[in-house]
Amino acid sequence: MNDVRYSAPSTLDEASKAMLAANGTGWILAGGTDLLVQMRSGMRKPGVIVDIKKIDEMMTVQDLGGGSYRIGAAVSGAVLGEHKALKKAWPGVIEAINLIGSKQVQGRASAGGNLCNASPAADSGPALVAAGAILAIHGPNGRREIPVEKLHSGPGRTTLAPGEILVSFTLPARPKGSSDAYLRLIPRTEMDIAVVGVGVNLTISGGKCTAARVGLGAVAPTVLLVEDAGKALVGSSLDDAAIEKAAAACRAACKPINDKRGTIEYRTKIAGVLLKRSTAIAIERAKGN
Amino acid sequence: MSKMHITTTINGEPTEFLCDPSQSLLDVLRDNLGLTGSKEGCGSGDCGACSITLDDRLVCSCLVLAPEAEGKKIETVEGLAQGEHLHPLQKKFVEFAALQCGICTPGFLVASKALLAKNPNPTETEVRFGLAGNLCRCTGYDKIIRAVMEVAAEMRGAAR
Amino acid sequence: MSNGKYKWIGTRVDRPDGADKVTGRARFGADFNLPGQLMGRVLRSPHAHAIIKSIDTSAAEKLPGVKAVMTAKDLPDQPNLIVPTGEMQVNMRDITRNILAREKALFEGHPVAAVAAVTDAIAKQAIDLIKVDYEVLPHVIDVTEAMKPDAPVLHDHLMTEGVKPPPTKASNIAKRMDNAKGDIEAGWKQAEVTIEREYTTQAVHQGYIEPHAALASAAEDGQLQIWSTTQGHFQVRGFCSRLLGVEVSQIRVTPTEIGGGFGGKTVVYLEPIAARLSQKSGKPVKMVMTREEVFRASGPAPGGTVKVKLGAKKDGTIVAAECEIALQAGAFPGSPLGPACWTSFACYDIPNIKVVGFDVVSNRAKVAAYRAPGAPISAWGVESTLDILAQELGMDPIELRLKNAAKKGTKTSYGPTFDTIGFVETLEAIKNSAHYKTKPKPGYARGVAAGFWFNVGADSSAAAHVAEDGTVTVISGNPDIGGSRASLALMAAEELGVDYSKVRPIIADTSSIGFNFVTGGSRVTFATGLAVVNSVRDMIRELKVRAAKTWGVDPEAVIWEDGMAKPAGSNVGEFEPLSLAQLAASAGKTGGPINGHAQLNAQGAGPGFGVHVVDLKVDHDTGCVHIDRYTAAQDVGTAIHPSYVEGQIQGGAVQGIGWALNEEYIYNAKGRLDNAGFLDYRMPVASDLPMIDALVVEVPNPHHPYGVRGVGEVPIVPPLAAVGNAVSRSMNIRMTDLPLSPPRLSAAIDAATPKIAAE
Repeated sequence: MNDVRYSAPSTLDEASKAMLAANGTGWILAGGTDLLVQMRSGMRKPGVIVDIKKIDEMMTVQDLGGGSYRIGAAVSGAVLGEHKALKKAWPGVIEAINLIGSKQVQGRASAGGNLCNASPAADSGPALVAAGAILAIHGPNGRREIPVEKLHSGPGRTTLAPGEILVSFTLPARPKGSSDAYLRLIPRTEMDIAVVGVGVNLTISGGKCTAARVGLGAVAPTVLLVEDAGKALVGSSLDDAAIEKAAAACRAACKPINDKRGTIEYRTKIAGVLLKRSTAIAIERAKGN
Repeated sequence: MSKMHITTTINGEPTEFLCDPSQSLLDVLRDNLGLTGSKEGCGSGDCGACSITLDDRLVCSCLVLAPEAEGKKIETVEGLAQGEHLHPLQKKFVEFAALQCGICTPGFLVASKALLAKNPNPTETEVRFGLAGNLCRCTGYDKIIRAVMEVAAEMRGAAR
Repeated sequence: MSNGKYKWIGTRVDRPDGADKVTGRARFGADFNLPGQLMGRVLRSPHAHAIIKSIDTSAAEKLPGVKAVMTAKDLPDQPNLIVPTGEMQVNMRDITRNILAREKALFEGHPVAAVAAVTDAIAKQAIDLIKVDYEVLPHVIDVTEAMKPDAPVLHDHLMTEGVKPPPTKASNIAKRMDNAKGDIEAGWKQAEVTIEREYTTQAVHQGYIEPHAALASAAEDGQLQIWSTTQGHFQVRGFCSRLLGVEVSQIRVTPTEIGGGFGGKTVVYLEPIAARLSQKSGKPVKMVMTREEVFRASGPAPGGTVKVKLGAKKDGTIVAAECEIALQAGAFPGSPLGPACWTSFACYDIPNIKVVGFDVVSNRAKVAAYRAPGAPISAWGVESTLDILAQELGMDPIELRLKNAAKKGTKTSYGPTFDTIGFVETLEAIKNSAHYKTKPKPGYARGVAAGFWFNVGADSSAAAHVAEDGTVTVISGNPDIGGSRASLALMAAEELGVDYSKVRPIIADTSSIGFNFVTGGSRVTFATGLAVVNSVRDMIRELKVRAAKTWGVDPEAVIWEDGMAKPAGSNVGEFEPLSLAQLAASAGKTGGPINGHAQLNAQGAGPGFGVHVVDLKVDHDTGCVHIDRYTAAQDVGTAIHPSYVEGQIQGGAVQGIGWALNEEYIYNAKGRLDNAGFLDYRMPVASDLPMIDALVVEVPNPHHPYGVRGVGEVPIVPPLAAVGNAVSRSMNIRMTDLPLSPPRLSAAIDAATPKIAAE
């Protein structure tokens, strides 16, 4: 084992500096549920581990009003799952985050870590893409914001520059009649990586869908925003034909691979199936809001 | 490689240890502190045999870095029994034959205690999903689920 | 649960090791440490098939903290000699090569070299410094591919055994096995309905939660101590003796508590390496596998192909049955082919049977025993075909099995004729169960299948000691893998007529008790139980002698009843009964310590039969399976501790469900295992399952004083086909390939459904 240093700074500037100084050997430690596994397998050999859980902003959930929340990137899934108001406002986002691993993993794993690990199958991805989450990034040159779908550049790769740290993600305010849902397909009922994951976020007003976003995971090198699926739903009365059109858009957007978790044909088919099912849940929820 | 000095509380006892910065908390518990009740089945958070609570939060100790324990409160299977009295879950696991080989048992006990602390009146489905992060290859889970349900009922009765 | 015949047998007492195992006090393989120990690590081949041209360990040896490095050269080569390992046989020539590769690396993960260093971190670093020059060869993973004439050949010396005339060209087919009964051709002529199908299964792992671990301490005078998590510490001793060239009596192996084995811990991997590293370094050496190593390099159960043909009369009478089985042996010969062939039609009384089997090597980890080795694979084929037959004849699947069920007097295709067996009773138990009498819920389909296992006897030793206060220690030599301490103590308490709490069962190391064969084959409660009963009887004989001495009468005039010596009749004289405690207190005056011993080769293991029924639903859009209800009935002979009997049935059923639904070894194009972890090797989790109702049927085995048959193996045999039959009935498509994973079911549904126009 190489000489590894551990630091737990209390400010973002310190953390950013530590990462920059590590010159490519620094790794951020949030929940550690990916990093420790990768270290153990020899896939990652950090020189410096920067534990960002002592930084207040990364660990807090802030209610911005109107259903909008700013969520610290390192807040664990278990804490988010216990946040009743947040869960009520964004059920799809929270159910996606709560599907990451077991109860034990939930006690540590964060949405920020799940995003930055940049697996195309990450459960938080499709739900946050559907939600239209905005990421706040802190770096040597200050702060910037990007939509969540701009974070990933490929499997295991992000657009974060050296020294940049994902600080929080903001879920936008939504009009009345909005809700969201996330479904994934796994062979077991728990403890699996998504074969396909679909997040749907929509707004219904006067019996018509006035806004819709669809996020799709595990079917391409990065999590996808399927704009055509959203377009298929907007303006419709969310009838079967519109939903089938959105499902077809999801299938068309798939660029999957054959691997140990599923085949190209299977993933493509399931993308459509899950779009229909998650849309049905989102509609049911939106009607109650 | 310089060691780190960590101060923590384990099963109510103030504890200090020296660790490598990249050592897992599980390794420290087992190798440095002799607390071998927490087991390593996979080292990747997929089996739950190393379950502990960290500031009352259920975690896999194989996925916690030892330095993160600084200032925290840790509970392991060794802290379940009080003196000569087994915890009701420990008693019920023996009574219901909820263990065969026993390797997964410490993790199941810690996870079950954490589950009942959050949800004293769980349905069978809630227990099954609540314990899905703990693998058992011997029992088929049947007797484990029954034991946890029964303890939940008993503890609710006692609390009344 | 108890039939009232017994005081202790059939009761649900707390297990003697319960408190230790719920407090974390019990010490398993990786929990043992010695002062000054080194940590050992293994370098493994990244290639599925390669010639090892050279190994350069010099850089590793120079690394500070490294105390010993070894390769196969540090172990003497072994003769071409077959030895039993439990439920399977191994060749010493092969096993030394499995432990450390010699001429060739034969599978990804094959050990090539090992190091011992002062810390695990240094050992890992040292492993990376060993340079191996490989010449990579073409590899073969699949059985059918490996049997083809142009397949890459693993062993240049391997000529197929059991073929006439003997072949002159090496191949991957290690053995052909035939067994038959009656006249198969005459049978086909009688058949009015014939069903023929071909099935496949994939390799699956036993999946014990505790990885292999060993600690060895070699002394300069040649003595060797080993602590190992194993199902058979006497086998560890025997193997290490041969592999290291150390006399058996110089080796003392202590079994640690064992965190599951299911057959997979009946062979040795780390022990000889740790021992040799300890010899070389002069320090104790501890080795623990990672989960990844467990998957890549410890024996899975084989996958294989099964062709089944059944011929029946229209009334359901089966007149002819044929089966051809090809099993993966892994890198070296020795799959559980025999049991796979012999069990195939053992449930049924069929006049004409023909079974052919092939043992096939390929570039996979060498297989090991897994719960009823081989039987689930042939049962997958046979029980699925029976289900097709039942559908074809419009018969209830239980009725079809009842019509053809083996009974006392049925001659098997592999030789023996059954004594008293309980297959019919087990079928009736399912037929009369609340589950079977209730229709499946709407949308759910039902599957039924049966299974058989011989159960095993073999060598056991036991001793019983009376302590000075009259309490008893029972000593045996089989690791307790699932509650056997409790069943042995229950039988001793019953025999002795004392309270269960007065009997303390102990598992002794190899130097403290006579030889015991492995914990496996469902033999411990039967065979070691018999040894325990006999050792207690031996002790009772001595207790009667002591009472006779106290009373001044002949030993024959004393009887043992309710834990006390009593005069055999009034003519003996008026004596107050002497309790165990009284006899123990006066032992010093009557002849010294009171002990009993027994050793035996147990014969007459009672065959076990199981019948499972499952209700499940297939999500036709996704191929996901939801199990609603599961009932498993089994003839166990007598349930000594009903809770642990049920536990064996439930656990075995769930392993079978995993085998049926999602478990499989997945290899990539380079012949490397792609899912060597619990995340992608999908064993069932709690939320995948309903409760498993265990129906305990008791048809006592006439060859055991308490009627024990053995329980552990049978329950993994029926689930593959029970689940498969339900899935096939649900989809109305016959599924023949395992696992029945969502992508496979979905593809089968799509293939049978006309394409949607929109697509």
